[in-house]
Amino acid sequence: MTAGIQAEGLVKRFGETTALNGVDFVARPGTVLGLLGPNGAGKTTAVRILATLLQPDSGRATVGGYDIVHAAHRVRQLIGLTGQYASVDETLTGAENLLLIGRLLGMPRADAKRRARELLADFQLHAAGDRAAKTYSGGMRRRLDLAASLVGRPQILYLDEPTTGLDPRARTELWGLIRGLVAGGATVLLTTQYLDEADQLADDIVVIDHGRVIATGTPAELKAKTGAQNLAVRPVDAADLSLVVSVVGDLTHAVPEVSGQLVTAPIADPAVVPAVVRRLDDAGVLLAGLELRGASLNEVFLTLTGHPAEELDKEPEEVGEGAR
Amino acid sequence: MTAIPATTTPPALSPRVSPAEGVRQTLTLAWRTIVQVRHNPWELGDFSIQPIMFVLLFTYVFGGAIAGSTGEYLTFALPGIIVMNMLFVTMYVGTGLNTDLTKGVFDRLRSLPIARWAPLAGRIMADQVKQAWSIALLLTVGAILGFRIGTSVMGLIGAVALLLFFALAFSWVSVLVGVIAKDPEHVQIFGFTALFPVTFVSNAFVETDTMPGWLQAWVKINPVTKLSDATRGLLVGGPVAEPLMASIMWALVIAGVFAPLAVWVFKRRV
Repeated sequence: MTAGIQAEGLVKRFGETTALNGVDFVARPGTVLGLLGPNGAGKTTAVRILATLLQPDSGRATVGGYDIVHAAHRVRQLIGLTGQYASVDETLTGAENLLLIGRLLGMPRADAKRRARELLADFQLHAAGDRAAKTYSGGMRRRLDLAASLVGRPQILYLDEPTTGLDPRARTELWGLIRGLVAGGATVLLTTQYLDEADQLADDIVVIDHGRVIATGTPAELKAKTGAQNLAVRPVDAADLSLVVSVVGDLTHAVPEVSGQLVTAPIADPAVVPAVVRRLDDAGVLLAGLELRGASLNEVFLTLTGHPAEELDKEPEEVGEGAR
Repeated sequence: MTAIPATTTPPALSPRVSPAEGVRQTLTLAWRTIVQVRHNPWELGDFSIQPIMFVLLFTYVFGGAIAGSTGEYLTFALPGIIVMNMLFVTMYVGTGLNTDLTKGVFDRLRSLPIARWAPLAGRIMADQVKQAWSIALLLTVGAILGFRIGTSVMGLIGAVALLLFFALAFSWVSVLVGVIAKDPEHVQIFGFTALFPVTFVSNAFVETDTMPGWLQAWVKINPVTKLSDATRGLLVGGPVAEPLMASIMWALVIAGVFAPLAVWVFKRRV
């Protein structure tokens, strides 16, 4: 069918700041592409370009086979945008927000109303549909945002950090909704700062840092490349700390990190875990906690770039908010 | 999740927005602005209760002192109050636009397949509705307090048309402020700090010849003076031609300077 999303050599500068410095990626139709990177990596800039809100300084991109600059109006008919920046009107009710978008998309009033009701029900907002959006909780706001981007049944959906700032429950809920959309056949471009989110939802991941792609692959490939997991051990008694460090260090062949009473070390082979348990048990060490953790974005970055993920203060376009 | 089919067979994509679609989208966005007012009683109060308070204040508190009689003063001041209120209401174009820009609503609108000019045109069209409402309200309250239209229905229609025309031109100033300002509060602050001197240093509320000579020089050319005089002429009677022409000239100059400037700044920001 159509060609999903293709970006080639996208460059975007804001004054002195280079937000994107030659970015290439492809989202295959009907799949989720995760754009993973820290704040200020250029994720939002990429989404804004693909949503026709910004023009690239150089490079090109097509969405559903249409050029984002020369066929922008056609691209807009294919996409839905949800994100940090594309928001709902807080003074309107949830239902009015959805009705507004339906009407702007050219739906007759009755159809737009029906579609609004349908989406409110699907997103568990029907009870709040007649309340102003400013009274919504964070999770409800995001669901309304997502619903608003789906009014026109877009084939291609941009989700710009859809769960940033949400509590774990709201996050899991939203993940479920996103999976439902993908099952319906949508192509999704997802930006996130969370490796586990990309891991949960994406078919392919593109890691970007300082406006450049530093790694691509499936979640499994990426995890294999970056050292998959961390072992975290917490002894009950602080006196056992040095013993735990030496056992963990010995078995993982790594230098464990100690913070407070928590000892962590990356492990390549999960079979190490029972060995650690056995050795500590033999030594009579009581454990308050022991777990395997997925590598954090920071660790992925450390492995891929040799430097930790620097948290730039803000995305460049956000810095110039008032002066853009 | 059966009811969220995200994809259907791709519809035929249209290459561009037709002007008729653009007008329809503008109407939809104007509707939205009116619905916002319904949900925000403060804003409604701002362009309903506030002007009524001004009419009462000027008529009964200052009227006797300024004109010797409240009735006579009402006849003089009501057109001025209508003009002042028109300028203040215009500021809502800027605050609304600024809210959309800072809250991300504008990004969503721009990601939709709608005419690029529709969001701005929708705001300005909604402003015209608010203006018409305010003028009608002020004339009604004025009539209750004793204001009588001394001319004709044509005079009334002419006055309303002139005020709406001027509001249309002046809303570009508001658009510019709305695009430049950091947040909606700053648009309001501008409204107060810049509009108060312009409206009060005019003959909207007092006769020009009661002011010192150096001030009269500005008062005589102030667009608020011209517009107040023209509105008085059209509603109450008296000279119309000169202030009417001057008001129209002012409107054209304001639009001629601020519309291109606002559009330029606007395109740079979004």
